Amino acid sequence: MRMLVGAAFGALLLHGAGVSVAQDAVIRVGSKSFTESYILGEIAAQVIEQAGEARAERRLGLGGTGITYRALASGAIDLYPEYTGTLARIILKDASLRTPEAIRARLLPSGLTMSEPLGFNNTYALAVRAETAERLGLKTVGDLQRHPELTAAFSSGFLERDDGWPGLKRHYGLSLANVRVMEHALTYRALAGGEVDVMDIFSTDGQLERLRLRILRDDRNFFPDYSAVLLARRDMAERFPRTWARLREAFEGSLTNRRMAELNAMADLDAKSVPEVAAAFVGAPPAGARSKPGLVAELYALTLDHLLLVLVSLAAAIILGVPMGIAAARFRRVGQVELGAIGMLQTVPALALLVFMIPLFGIGKGPALVALSLYALLPIARSTYAGMIGIDRHLLEIAFVLGLGRLKRLIRIELPLASISIMAGIKTSAVMTVGTATLAAFIGGGGYGALIVRGLALDDTATILAGAAPAAAMAVAFHVAFELLDRLAVPRGLRR
Amino acid sequence: MIALREVTKRFGDRVALDGVSIEVLAGTVHVLLGSSGSGKSTVLRLILGVVEPDLGEVLVDGTPVTGSTRAALVRRMGYVVQDGGLYPHLTAYQNVALPTEAHRWPSARTRARVSELGTMVGLDEATLRLYPRELSGGQRQRVGLMRALALDPPMLLLDEPLGALDPIVRAELQLQLGRLFATLGKTVVLVTHDIREAALLGRTITLMTAGRVVQQGAFADLVERPASPFVTQFLTAQTLAPGAPGGR
Repeated sequence: MRMLVGAAFGALLLHGAGVSVAQDAVIRVGSKSFTESYILGEIAAQVIEQAGEARAERRLGLGGTGITYRALASGAIDLYPEYTGTLARIILKDASLRTPEAIRARLLPSGLTMSEPLGFNNTYALAVRAETAERLGLKTVGDLQRHPELTAAFSSGFLERDDGWPGLKRHYGLSLANVRVMEHALTYRALAGGEVDVMDIFSTDGQLERLRLRILRDDRNFFPDYSAVLLARRDMAERFPRTWARLREAFEGSLTNRRMAELNAMADLDAKSVPEVAAAFVGAPPAGARSKPGLVAELYALTLDHLLLVLVSLAAAIILGVPMGIAAARFRRVGQVELGAIGMLQTVPALALLVFMIPLFGIGKGPALVALSLYALLPIARSTYAGMIGIDRHLLEIAFVLGLGRLKRLIRIELPLASISIMAGIKTSAVMTVGTATLAAFIGGGGYGALIVRGLALDDTATILAGAAPAAAMAVAFHVAFELLDRLAVPRGLRR
Repeated sequence: MIALREVTKRFGDRVALDGVSIEVLAGTVHVLLGSSGSGKSTVLRLILGVVEPDLGEVLVDGTPVTGSTRAALVRRMGYVVQDGGLYPHLTAYQNVALPTEAHRWPSARTRARVSELGTMVGLDEATLRLYPRELSGGQRQRVGLMRALALDPPMLLLDEPLGALDPIVRAELQLQLGRLFATLGKTVVLVTHDIREAALLGRTITLMTAGRVVQQGAFADLVERPASPFVTQFLTAQTLAPGAPGGR
C-alpha cells in the first residue's frame, strides 16, 4: 500500500516537474479564453514549431485580459494575441493611442513588443435576431432608443468596460430595462432561442452568418478599433529572431475579418478542434504526433494533473490547518481571530481568490496550489479546533497527573481523541478541493478544469462534460478512499 | 503529608471553598465526605495542582503546590476518578502502561508491573487487552486503579471512585479497596458522598458542606459527638436511604 502511494506520488511529481523542465528553448504561448484567441494562440504555437528554433508550450485559455496580460508581464508566458483597442484602453489606459506605432512605443518600457495588425478588426458590435430587426425596424445602435423593453445579455467584459456598454449607453442615450451578464458563448443560444433580444458580439464571431443575426450599425462611431496583433515579450523576440520573423510573416495582414470569422465558425459550429483549425490556416496538415491527442491520453494526463493539484494543496492545508486548529484551541481568544480570518478567506469566491494570486505568484500551478490550499484550510482548522475543545476536561487533567509532557499529551491523548472530528474536516476539504481545483485552469493551473474552460469557450457541451464528469467521479473516489482511511486514522477504541 | 491551610477558592461568583483547613497524615486514609457541590472534589484538584487557591496554601510533603512545583509533586500521586477516567482510544493495558511510558520504562518492566497490578485487583491478561467500552463498570474502575498505582506513588487521590457502580459491585470493591489500602500503606485521600464507604475506609473524615468544613475526626466522633445538628442529619439521611442520589 505504502509503496503504491509512493509510486503514485513520484509519478505526480515527475509529471508536475515536466512543466518547468527545459525552459531554455521554450516559447510559452498564451491566449484568452474565447475561440478566436485560442485559434490565434494555437496558430502561433504551430508556426513556432515549424520554425524549429524552440519548443512551443501552450498555455491557452488563461482567462480575460487582466489575467492574460499579467501572465505576459510577469514572464509566465512569452506571447499572446491581443487587440489594439484593448491595449490602448484597458492595458495602457490611454484612449488617445490610435496607431500601432504609438502603442508599440508605450509598450517598450515594459519589455514588450507588438506585431503589425494581423488584418482583421474584431470590434464590439450589438446584434439582434434578423427577425427582430425586421419587425422593429432596427438598423443602427441608435434605433434601440425606441425599444427600451428589449432584453439584453452582455458578456461581463462588455458590461464593465468603458468602451463597452457604459460608454455606449451614454454615447447613444440608451436605456434598456433588462440587462444581464452572461457567458458569451452561451448568449448565442439564448439569443437564437428568443430568451434575449440584444447581445454584444465580436465582428468576427463565427455564428454571425449562420444564425441569421443582424449587426446594428455603429453610425455614431462609438466602438474603437480592435485590430488583432501579437503581443510578445521583447526578450523572446530577441532570443528567437527567426521565429518572431516567421510569426509576423505568417500573421500580419493575412487575416481578413471574413477569414477570421470562417476560422471561428470551423471551431464553434463545425466542431473542429482548435489544432485542426489552426493547421488548416497554417497550411501544413499537422504531423500525426501533433494532431489532436486521444481523449483517453488527455484525460489520463489531466487526471494526474488534477490529482497533483488536490493532493498537494490538501497536504499543505493539513500541515497548516491542524496546527492552526490546535493553536486556536490552546489560545481561545487569538483562536477566534485566527478562525475568523480563515473564515473570511472562504467568503472570497474561489475564482476571485485564484485571480488575486496572479500579481503575487504569476499564473500556472504555483498560484493555483496556494489558492486551493488556502481554500481547503477552513474545514480542517475548524474541525481540529472543534475536536480539541470537545475533549473531556477530566481526561486532560488525568494526562497531566499521569506525568505526560505537553508533546506526549498532544500526540498520545489529544490528537487521537480529536481524530474523528479532524478526519471529518479533512474529508470535507478533500471532496471540496476536487471541485474547486477545476477552477485552477482559469489561471493556467491545468487539471480537469482545462476541459471545462475550453468547452465553455468553444461552447462545446461534450468537452465541458469530459472535464466535469471525471471531476465528479474523482470526488466520489476521494470520499470512498477517506472512508477507508478512517479505519487507519481513527483508533479502534473510538470507532462506532 | 498533605495539608490545606485556610484555603479559599472561587469559580467566578461561586465560592467553592471558604477557609478550609485539612491535614492528612502520611500513611493514613482520609475521607472527604459531603453531598454534591460541597467542595470536596475541589480539594482534590487543589492537591493535584490543576487549580490554584485564591487564598491560603496547599502543602504536599511540606512543599507549597504552585505552578512551578506541581509537575514534580504530582509524580508522587496516583489519581482515580469515577468510572476510571480511561482513554477510550487505548486498551486497558495501554491505559495502565501510560504513566510508565512517560518514564521510559523498558517494556519488559512495564509488562511485569501491569501483570502484578492485574493480580492485585483481579484482572486477567485477556481482559486487559480490551478497550474501555468493552469492559464493565467495575472492570473499568479496577483498570483506573491499576493505572494510578502503576508507578507505585506514595499518595493516592480518589474522586468518587465507585460512584458509577451498582450497589453489589460497589460493596465488593469497597472491601477490596479497604484491603488494598491496608496492605499498601499509602497516604490516601478519598472523596465520596457515601457514609458506608467513609465509615469503612476512612481513618479520619472531613465532613463538608457548601465549601466549609463541618467536622473532622474519626467516624465514631461524628456519630457520637456531632459538631452540629447538620452532622447527625447528614449521617441519618443516608442510613435511611442508602445510595441516595449524590455524585460529586
